[in-house]
Amino acid sequence: MSHTILITVVVLGSVGLTASIILYFVSQKFKVYEDPRIDIIQEALPGANCGGCGFTGCRNFAEALVKAENLDGLYCPVGGATVMANVANILGKEVVAAEPLVAVVRCQGSPEYRPRTSVYDGAKDCRIAHNLYGGETDCHYGCLGFGDCVRACKFDAIYMDEKTQLPVIIDDKCVACGACVKACPRNIIELRKKAKKDRKIFVSCVNCDKGGTARKACKVACIGCNKCFNVCEFGAITIKNNLAYIDSFKCTFCRKCVTECPTNAIIELNFPPRKIKAEAAQEPSKEQ
Amino acid sequence: MLKTFPRGGVHPPENKLTAGCPIEVLPLPQSVTIPITQHLGATPVITVNKGDKVLAGQLIARAGGYISANVHSSVSGTISKIDVITDISGYKQTCIFIDVSGDEWVGDIDRNPDIIKEIRHTPEEIIQKCLDAGIVGMGGATFPAHVKLKIPAGKKCNLLIINGVECEPYLTSDHRLMLEKGEEVITGARIMMKALGVTRAIIGIENNKPDAIEHLGSLLNGQEDIIIQPLKVKYPQGGEKQLIKALTGREVPPGGLPIDVGVIVHNAGTAFAVYEAVQKNKPLFERVVTVTGNSLKKPGNFLVRIGTPVVKLIEAAGGLPENTGKIISGGPMMGKALSNTQIPVVKGTSGIVVFSEKESARIPYGPCIRCSKCVSVCPMGLEPYLLMALSEKELYERIRNERVTDCMECGSCSFVCPAHRPLLDYIRLGKSTVIKMMREKSMK
Repeated sequence: MSHTILITVVVLGSVGLTASIILYFVSQKFKVYEDPRIDIIQEALPGANCGGCGFTGCRNFAEALVKAENLDGLYCPVGGATVMANVANILGKEVVAAEPLVAVVRCQGSPEYRPRTSVYDGAKDCRIAHNLYGGETDCHYGCLGFGDCVRACKFDAIYMDEKTQLPVIIDDKCVACGACVKACPRNIIELRKKAKKDRKIFVSCVNCDKGGTARKACKVACIGCNKCFNVCEFGAITIKNNLAYIDSFKCTFCRKCVTECPTNAIIELNFPPRKIKAEAAQEPSKEQ
Repeated sequence: MLKTFPRGGVHPPENKLTAGCPIEVLPLPQSVTIPITQHLGATPVITVNKGDKVLAGQLIARAGGYISANVHSSVSGTISKIDVITDISGYKQTCIFIDVSGDEWVGDIDRNPDIIKEIRHTPEEIIQKCLDAGIVGMGGATFPAHVKLKIPAGKKCNLLIINGVECEPYLTSDHRLMLEKGEEVITGARIMMKALGVTRAIIGIENNKPDAIEHLGSLLNGQEDIIIQPLKVKYPQGGEKQLIKALTGREVPPGGLPIDVGVIVHNAGTAFAVYEAVQKNKPLFERVVTVTGNSLKKPGNFLVRIGTPVVKLIEAAGGLPENTGKIISGGPMMGKALSNTQIPVVKGTSGIVVFSEKESARIPYGPCIRCSKCVSVCPMGLEPYLLMALSEKELYERIRNERVTDCMECGSCSFVCPAHRPLLDYIRLGKSTVIKMMREKSMK
């Protein structure tokens, strides 16, 4: 009996030994050198694999960081400045400062402002609806409201407001990865510079139709009237295709354009209530 | 055993309610709205101004390129404005609005009903006349007809196929046209044969139109240049590639055109339009439209001026029923739902189908159960369930390798899916994205 056990042990042992020797040489022969810093950097990254940096995941980004000669254009929007400083420290390179960004939804077309003119009963997917037809309202630039951006967000930073049927971005959760920007077939969502106290001023409309047509479709549409362009002292506003656009890097938050906009297409968010009436009444009289 | 195409296909309920209704001439509307783009291809250039007086048949927009078509006024009257409307796709489109006064036609249109059989024109003249008359494919695809009458250099054509299949359920406009204007359709086919320089033509008609088959057969009276071929009823037999396969056994290569196998296909409605353009100098400004639906009081076939709002057609068919859920322009399989009833009839409108709420209800869809019914019905031999999944997951490179661009959007897969999955919706998305990708690549 013990004889059988012995044979088994010897045979198995020798097979194992031979195999391990072969495997050792094979692994030596086909060894792939990997920079150990990649692992360290991957650890330092947030690990959300959101793709906001433009790479397929954090690992891929880490590899790119190690390979890169300097950190120009490489930025993790989720981790922000702290993570990038950490990464630069590990690699012994200069940090490239990038402005923190935040996503904004440029459409105010709630049913109240933008009446529905037809009913869509196809697959509830913005991409399909956009591919198929102009949408349930007369504005064929605005939000379709089927929530592709909500599904694209990996940080639960977007939800659909039931009353307005528009997506709402939670500033605290938004990491500006840009997934929603890519998901929106109508390019309504934009990444803008994140200002102090989440203050925002932007043209909340993407309608490029002529003023009359745009206004007919939606009460709060930008009609390209040039009023904001004329009032802006900082050259932050441009008008193209009947649509105003405020450059968030040039805007100084003076809020003059907001009061000037005849359709309320320019909106301000997270500002303290202003002492509007008195000031606004005085200003035009000065000009005269 | 009747001929048909071998791969895939479905047989939806035919519902040809209006097969026995003779073509009625719809009274002139008070105003018409003529979209300037009613065809595939470049946008035409408007040649008239607001306030101009126009006659029926007068050119109002000139073709904007080789693959483009002229647009003519369909009525006589005054141009009230040139503006945009929300067209069938829900997007804005430029239209010419004309207020109707009287019914005066351009002088050189021959309004005599006598049939002229003798073809006096040379092939070049025929093509030029089709170009001038703004003729497009009348089956619904609206590809400019003159392009398909000229054989590209290096290709050979030995057969003309006239598509009288009308495989879409409900529609009967081609059926009635072949019955009532059979002589004209046949002469139109002969004109096209002359333009193409072919000696043979086949008219393919599905077997659910025995009266049309018999009528055209008796008109031919033993002449052998044109053959009437009855076909087994199967959708989508009206698809070019399916019809060629059914009639000749030739298979158009993927991404190829019928001319690659020596065939040109034209619709029966196009043959009639070509007859009118060449023999009667009449531009394409009216067409036969089937207005149908189980809930309509008086469905029928109407001869309608281009630009007439759809609401006028529905009024003529007994008014819009109260429980209407959807109005579809074209056939129920490939047509598009209308977003409002002011949308005008265009050159490609073969039918208006009114569905009640019950008929048009979309059933919520479930998960794919891998029954592969969609695979077995796909006439192009694709795998619709896979294409949908890839499109949903945005794997566009793979969906391209799965030949999504071969899809002709016949909707057989969505029709047959037991889980009611919106297969075609997603495939169409994938297809348009892939085409966009390919175009961008070729630009670089």
